[in-house]
Amino acid sequence: MANAVTSLAPQFDDAEQQRTASNLGIWIFLATEILFFGVLFAAYTITRVRFPEAFAAASRLTNLPLAAVNTAVLVTSSLTMALGVHAARRGARRALVGWLGLTVALACAFLAIKAVEYRLDYLEHLVPALDFRFAGPQADQVELFFYMYFFITGVHALHVLIGIGCITTIAVMASRNAFSPAYFTPVDVTGLYWHLVDVIWLFVFPILYLISRS
Amino acid sequence: MDSVPFFPDRASTMAGQVDNLYFAWLVLSGVVALAVAVLIVWFAIRYRQGSAADRSLADAAEHEKKMHRIEIVWTVVPIALFLAMFVWSAEVYYQNVTVPKDAMPIYVVAKQWMWHAEHRGGEREINELHVPVDRPVELVMTSQDVIHSLSIPDFRVKQDVLPGRYTTLWFTANRPGEYHLFCTQYCGASHSHMVGRVVVMEPAAFEGWLSAHANVPTMAARGEQRYRELGCNGCHGAQATVRAPRLEGLFGRPVQLRDGRSVLADERFIRDAVLLPSQDVPAGYELSMPSFRGQIGEEELLEIVEYVKSLGNATQERVP
Amino acid sequence: MNSAVIASHESYASHESYLSGGWNWRSWLMTLDHKRIGILYTLTITLLFGIGGAAAAMIRLDLLTPHSQLVSVETYNKLFSIHGVIMVWFFLIPSIPATLGNFLVPMMIGARDLAFPRLNLASWYLFVGGGLFTIYALLAGGVDTGWTFYAPYSTTFSSSHVFAVATGVFIAGFSSILTGLNFIVTIHEMRAPGMTWFRLPLFIWAMYATSLILVLATPVLAMTLMLMAIERSFGIGVFDPALGGDPLLFQHLFWFYSHPAVYIMVVPAMGVASEIISCFCRNPIFGYRFMAYAILAIAAFGFLVWGHHMFVSGQSAYAGTVFSLLTFLVSVPSAIKVFNWTATLYKGQVSFPAPMLYALGFIGLFTIGGLTGLFLASLGLDVQLHDTYFVVAHFHYIMVGGSVMAFFGGIHFWWPKITGRMYPEGWARFSAILTFVGFNLTFFPQFILGYLGMPRRYPEYPPEFQVWNVFSSAGASLLAFGYVLPLIYLLWSLRYGERAPANPWNAKGLEWETASPPPSENFHTTPVVTEEAYAYVRAESPHG
Repeated sequence: MANAVTSLAPQFDDAEQQRTASNLGIWIFLATEILFFGVLFAAYTITRVRFPEAFAAASRLTNLPLAAVNTAVLVTSSLTMALGVHAARRGARRALVGWLGLTVALACAFLAIKAVEYRLDYLEHLVPALDFRFAGPQADQVELFFYMYFFITGVHALHVLIGIGCITTIAVMASRNAFSPAYFTPVDVTGLYWHLVDVIWLFVFPILYLISRS
Repeated sequence: MDSVPFFPDRASTMAGQVDNLYFAWLVLSGVVALAVAVLIVWFAIRYRQGSAADRSLADAAEHEKKMHRIEIVWTVVPIALFLAMFVWSAEVYYQNVTVPKDAMPIYVVAKQWMWHAEHRGGEREINELHVPVDRPVELVMTSQDVIHSLSIPDFRVKQDVLPGRYTTLWFTANRPGEYHLFCTQYCGASHSHMVGRVVVMEPAAFEGWLSAHANVPTMAARGEQRYRELGCNGCHGAQATVRAPRLEGLFGRPVQLRDGRSVLADERFIRDAVLLPSQDVPAGYELSMPSFRGQIGEEELLEIVEYVKSLGNATQERVP
Repeated sequence: MNSAVIASHESYASHESYLSGGWNWRSWLMTLDHKRIGILYTLTITLLFGIGGAAAAMIRLDLLTPHSQLVSVETYNKLFSIHGVIMVWFFLIPSIPATLGNFLVPMMIGARDLAFPRLNLASWYLFVGGGLFTIYALLAGGVDTGWTFYAPYSTTFSSSHVFAVATGVFIAGFSSILTGLNFIVTIHEMRAPGMTWFRLPLFIWAMYATSLILVLATPVLAMTLMLMAIERSFGIGVFDPALGGDPLLFQHLFWFYSHPAVYIMVVPAMGVASEIISCFCRNPIFGYRFMAYAILAIAAFGFLVWGHHMFVSGQSAYAGTVFSLLTFLVSVPSAIKVFNWTATLYKGQVSFPAPMLYALGFIGLFTIGGLTGLFLASLGLDVQLHDTYFVVAHFHYIMVGGSVMAFFGGIHFWWPKITGRMYPEGWARFSAILTFVGFNLTFFPQFILGYLGMPRRYPEYPPEFQVWNVFSSAGASLLAFGYVLPLIYLLWSLRYGERAPANPWNAKGLEWETASPPPSENFHTTPVVTEEAYAYVRAESPHG
């Protein structure tokens, strides 16, 4: 295995400092993401408490099977990402690239299934402001649910897309031997980001899809 | 030449209390600000560079302990002071927002950019409020569009006026005269034109004003007329075939809801029942009442509220 | 102090510094040097301060007469809106952190740069991007919602460029987040050997606390603006009651960010004040630990008090009570800081160059501003004062009398370090005093107007309020001079100012142990810290 250069940025005294700094940096960034999504969850929860019946009815109209498959896909992608980080720590370049590639593939699958789900929602007239139709009581509140549904899942999907970009970049860098057991910080950092994207979905899924289906 | 105004008039029973709070803070903060200023100036002069003042610190450990004690003191004293002021000001606030049982309601609808007021007897005003002296008055307010805020500085009252719900403020004016009324929540282009006056009248003069405007139906009468026009009687009336709650004696009572909650049948309840009936369905009833959103304006809603009140009225002290 | 040894004569020769290594576009616009980025920010916010200040000037001119004679009421509404948006998000929030903070944080802890220099440059570009959006909105006709964007006016009724301004602020928000992230990591991980937490200058503590707020509060603003913008664009939403929404939800979300934001605006000023006062009293700051804990307490408690902006909004009385109590508690650490600064003068060797005048002005005006905050925290009294000029006066005392004065004090104090030149002391002292006098004349009458009941955001007012408005506008013209003068003489000093030695004030702090202006890597050798912060020995004179 070729020796990867530990690229030490000039502001850091040593590799250890660079690693801990990058680590702290990504955790702080993840905290901001949690607050970002927290506002959406809070707005959703408050509105849901105001209109429990409408939101329950609306939730039953979401596509549970597709979302369940997507959940499995995303959780698996977190597994492959973790295996990738593990490979980086071992210095196993080919395994690393492989796991990263698989993660990207799964993430793309997530987005593809999401696109199908959105299209089905559109055909069922569940997209607010785009020919939304609901024949039942409290149609305005049902539309409000779907507004929040598209907003939350849309922002999440945007984060998945950004994640795909980052992981692909890391995979390309890995294939060019940029990492070694002494230096794989970008892989580590990207992995943490990806796990957060997964964790957020694990909150989104129940509150949008599951809560009213008893 | 007009004198320069320093202080608003005291024209309500709350004004004195609010002013006492204000003066207390003026004194407290004046003392603190002065003390800080004096100390800074004194230290700056006494210990200016090159002055002969004694700067020795006797015993370092003793000095440390003394300084620590001073820090504790100037932490604990402000906390105690603040807690006392907090309790006092909270008490004043609760009085300011607790509507007395016998308050005379006047209904206010704010819209860009004017104040519509309607007395129970049906008298309507725009940008003016005629009220009797020495009687508690409650303003039940809503907005037709954006958030406004009704403020009468000389009474020391203010309350935001929101679309989609009712807010209240109350006062007992105790000085006849005319006083400013302002909108104090920015509401668009003519926000600063949304001003008016409150005219406080002696009882006789107020009666005179009322009788001058007497040839209009009362709010409750108008409300009843709209109630019938919209067909409400069809379900809620004595001869109804559909099972709907009776409205006699309803207002001011607690109501048990289908989902287990218990709410008070106040102005908000009546309004929501008309506009969003699925929200608070009473226990033992089906959700079959249609929504009248879009069919009824804010003034009409208030008239219906007045009508329901007139069907049997349990008054209660309410804190918002 | 066995740190980097720079012979004092070296700074009188034109030596190699971060300023000498390249003057083309690329070397500035693609720089990774935190010091150059600090200067880029300074230029940008000066321009934006000018725009926001011009709006203020027009506001005060228009308010000379009870009727809006200078501008139409619609234009007036746009003026106060853009004044607020620019001054809050494009001047005050970045000011001390992005200019002085960027320059000084690595230097004060003995590092060569921030942890993430590229992120730092990205921060500046995001800031410029946000600013451009906002200026575009201004040129296209402005926004008239106030900087507070209350729904449903902003979502449904305003016909101004809400979306563009919200986008500008949204983008600038990411600039804030990245700067905060950078500072936190830098302060945690890159302190020089011997620089323990409790040897850090209080300016660093202030930057740290500010960064915590930047990082935790700004995302909430971003999402709130996004929710508002989408509601405005698509007509479905959670804020407009006509659509089933709750306008109070907007206020809660907005103020959850915007109250901590005011601490972003004032905590850095407190840090600057501590540096200046200790230097010109030749004394360690009294009660260093209390000061550090107080700053953290302000940052933490600041997240719990947002509802005090909403006492008459229709929120429940019980909520109001809780927020009132918490607001009183958050005032305690600020009070402690004022007492500690005052005590620092005791038995010191006090001198009064311009930075000290600005710092003393800061203490006085911040104290008045803070005390008037107690009036507003009092529930029963806030009913009278809410949305009146009393509130306007209160926050300008803190933001302008406090933060801006401290900012100017800091610019003067570190001017020799940043530029290698001394500013003209006479003019600087004159400006400090002029600013102080002009400020008080502008804003003190507004307290009186507030209790009288004059509402905020009124282009037209009852004629009996005119006399106080005239005083206020007169003060504003003095204040304007107080701000323009430094611009002139500071620029003059770049060319004609006396060359500065490494440590013109004989101050303690690692930044003074290297040349003025510093070399690109800050220190030729990494300093090792062996003494406590502010280890002033009283016999020394501050003027080297």
